[in-house]
Amino acid sequence: MAAAKNRVLPGFRLTLGYTILYLSLIVLIPLAAVFWKTCTLSWAQFCRDITSPQALAAYRLSIGAALLAAALNAVFGLLVAWVLVRYRFFGKKLVDALVDLPFALPTAVAGITLATLYSPSGWIGQFFAPLGIKIAYTRLGVLVALTFIGLPFIVRTVQPILEDLDPEIEEAAASLGANRWQVFWRIILPTLTPALLTGFALAFARALGEYGSVVFISSNIPMKTQIVPLLIMTKLEEFDYAGATALAVVMLVFSFVLLLAINVLQWWTNRYNHTSLS
Amino acid sequence: MTPAASPMAQLPSPSGLRPTTEPPLVRRLLIGIALLFLTLFLFLPLASVFVQAFAKGIGFYLKTLSDPMAWSAVKLTLITAGISVPLNCVFGVAAAWAIAKFDFRGKNILLTLIDLPFSISPVISGLIYVLVFGAQGWLGLYENADKPWFPWLANWLNDHDIHIIFAPAGIVLATIFVTFPFVARELIPLMQAQGRTEEEAARVLGASGWQTFWRVTLPNIKWGLLYGVILCNARAMGEFGAVSVVSGHIRGQTNTIPLYVEVLYDEYNFTGAFAMASVLAFLALVTLAIKIWVERKNTALNTATNNHQ
Repeated sequence: MAAAKNRVLPGFRLTLGYTILYLSLIVLIPLAAVFWKTCTLSWAQFCRDITSPQALAAYRLSIGAALLAAALNAVFGLLVAWVLVRYRFFGKKLVDALVDLPFALPTAVAGITLATLYSPSGWIGQFFAPLGIKIAYTRLGVLVALTFIGLPFIVRTVQPILEDLDPEIEEAAASLGANRWQVFWRIILPTLTPALLTGFALAFARALGEYGSVVFISSNIPMKTQIVPLLIMTKLEEFDYAGATALAVVMLVFSFVLLLAINVLQWWTNRYNHTSLS
Repeated sequence: MTPAASPMAQLPSPSGLRPTTEPPLVRRLLIGIALLFLTLFLFLPLASVFVQAFAKGIGFYLKTLSDPMAWSAVKLTLITAGISVPLNCVFGVAAAWAIAKFDFRGKNILLTLIDLPFSISPVISGLIYVLVFGAQGWLGLYENADKPWFPWLANWLNDHDIHIIFAPAGIVLATIFVTFPFVARELIPLMQAQGRTEEEAARVLGASGWQTFWRVTLPNIKWGLLYGVILCNARAMGEFGAVSVVSGHIRGQTNTIPLYVEVLYDEYNFTGAFAMASVLAFLALVTLAIKIWVERKNTALNTATNNHQ
């Protein structure tokens, strides 16, 4: 890294040096251990570990449930953001504040709470049990937990864009004869799309790696209700470190690709935001 | 920005409604659906933590919290947060200073690397420390090597039976990892937005580097810093997945509050689990309250500086 030109301020070497040292010690070197451990596996062994039927079922459930949860949040998160920005109702400030709760509430607390609420005798589960719908300890339970933890992402990415939306554009559309639904569908939604996609990707990425809130509400049955982090945990408890590491590498590569996609989306959102403001 | 401020909004439309809003019925329906969704996924879970915690009365609640096991979990949680939060705080300030006040190549890569722990599953965050410090990991290989580098260090490690995994040290390390980006992430955009002119002015007027930092930079970033520290602390005290991997669940020794919640829950002591969980839920509510307070301070500060200019 090239040194800064004509610096007036001191401390560049000290702070950058410390940043890189601390980053290496805490993040980069330990992360390298994952790839080192994978290298101790033979290629055939690695392939067998990451394509076992149990692993494939776990990928399917993890990705499927995370996508569904992010989609649910995209619809209801947009609705919540809309209601919070556009309407006035009793307790709005409190609702707005509580939207961040899934960020602040420890995942283990969310896990035991959701498992209790959505179990057949729980506050919410009791209404579904007579209909023959079991939520806790099934795949639906996994979906509930992932929806809970992804909730703030969409609301918090869409909300600021919605607040900055210029009402004159909507008025222009209305004066040209568009009805409210057309205005929403053709004017508002396209403007919100980058933010919605960013929120969707963030919620999806978070849901993919989630462990704490799912472990209580999922019965953790292999091939059925076992998500990838639970499978890794199971392998660790069996002292199969190599197998756990192989799966971790798959997840890490997937997360890095997703991180890249999110960065591109965020750049797109910001660009959109700036052009609409100017 | 309100619709009423524009002339169009004041014209009566044929239906008697403003053209940029929905009929009252639709409005009420949308509010209703949104609140129902939030009730199922947010309000009921929050309420149920406290209701379940007191299901067997206040006596049982206090008994659970005053149990020696509970105390050792609280103590370990406080120690963990007490070590990891200050360390990440110092790192966050250093990283923000380097990134926001100077230009250098590779800045974007550095930013991405700092965010990395956020995009890694908590289980993997724990796993990497098991691979470094576990018996089958780098540390184990080193201790058992025939001809290790620095033989005195290997001997010392073997003699003192140093454990990091399945011990409090591992819990602290895993917590540092998962809370790594919080402070840096709050401070970097804030300090980038503030620029470097004020610090440069202080330097030109003869202030030393430290004086500039303490008297100019720190007062400017104090609310952002507080916010980052609060978020970092909430996560440090509440982390479950990563800590669960490295803890080994030794009762009274390596249980943090979230791990102790799991122990109680697995023993079918649901009320006890919720009693411990209510402590963490209360902490989450305090975190949210401080967050709102800090945001208000920030908005007030921004409007004040804008008016000043």
